[in-house]
Amino acid sequence: MNTTTHVIGYRTLTAVWLGLMALTALTVWVSRHSLGIGHVWGSLAIAALKGGLVIAFFMHMRYEGRLLRGLLFVTLVTLACFIGLTFFDVLYR
Amino acid sequence: MSQPTHKDYAGAKLGMWLFLFTELLLFGGLFLLYAVYLSRYPHEFAAAGREMHLVFGTVNTVILITSSLLVAMAVTAVKRDDHRLAFVLVGGTVVCAAFFLVDKYLEWGTEIGRGIYPGSPRLVAGPAGESVFYSLYYLTTGLHGLHVLIGGILLAVVAVRVGRGSIHAGDYIWLENGALYWHLVDLVWIFIFPLYYLVL
Repeated sequence: MNTTTHVIGYRTLTAVWLGLMALTALTVWVSRHSLGIGHVWGSLAIAALKGGLVIAFFMHMRYEGRLLRGLLFVTLVTLACFIGLTFFDVLYR
Repeated sequence: MSQPTHKDYAGAKLGMWLFLFTELLLFGGLFLLYAVYLSRYPHEFAAAGREMHLVFGTVNTVILITSSLLVAMAVTAVKRDDHRLAFVLVGGTVVCAAFFLVDKYLEWGTEIGRGIYPGSPRLVAGPAGESVFYSLYYLTTGLHGLHVLIGGILLAVVAVRVGRGSIHAGDYIWLENGALYWHLVDLVWIFIFPLYYLVL
């Protein structure tokens, strides 16, 4: 089994934290200033970006092997299928 | 002396991730409920969402992101054999968990004081969409709050084990899996925050 122990430096982690704080400030600012329909998708896009940073760096996924990355992909596709099929039912019934 | 205990580092981490995937699907289901009811009651959701307190939500976002940084740094510290720093960082994460719950208590207290809770006379008399919004809000943030409580207790145990020296550079799976659980708590909040506090 792959037992490599990659160590992420404090500087990288702090940079990710700064990015997350900046994106939080951005998402709050967007919600107060542009009240169009686009801000729902904009807010979700920022949340997805923040989630990606947390998974990739804080949760070490960037440095994991194919097995864990593949399983994460399968989970997200499963969730997307649930969401897609539910809306297919709700919107067209 | 007994034989050295068998450690399966990769297996332990795989097990934790499989559990976290089920958690993603659990909270994903709650977000799906939110999305379906938002499309059914857009005006009621907008009216209810405007009554949410952005300050409570933003403070908790900052607390969770910062605590996630602390516990990620703790993993690095243990791998570099810096026990004292790791203990302080995990302890700091537990303090953040406590602050999060205090903030949540104040927020729920404010709302309950204004007559907003599932089955309250105000919500029963109001439009159905608002009642659905607040039921989903209490269910989602309540389940998330329970995860914060469990994560805080888990990391307190981890802090004690780091302090005693039973978590060290040669065996840190307790810390790594505890940190993964805590990051999941942060990850779920990253989506709760815009959905309940920002987009409406």
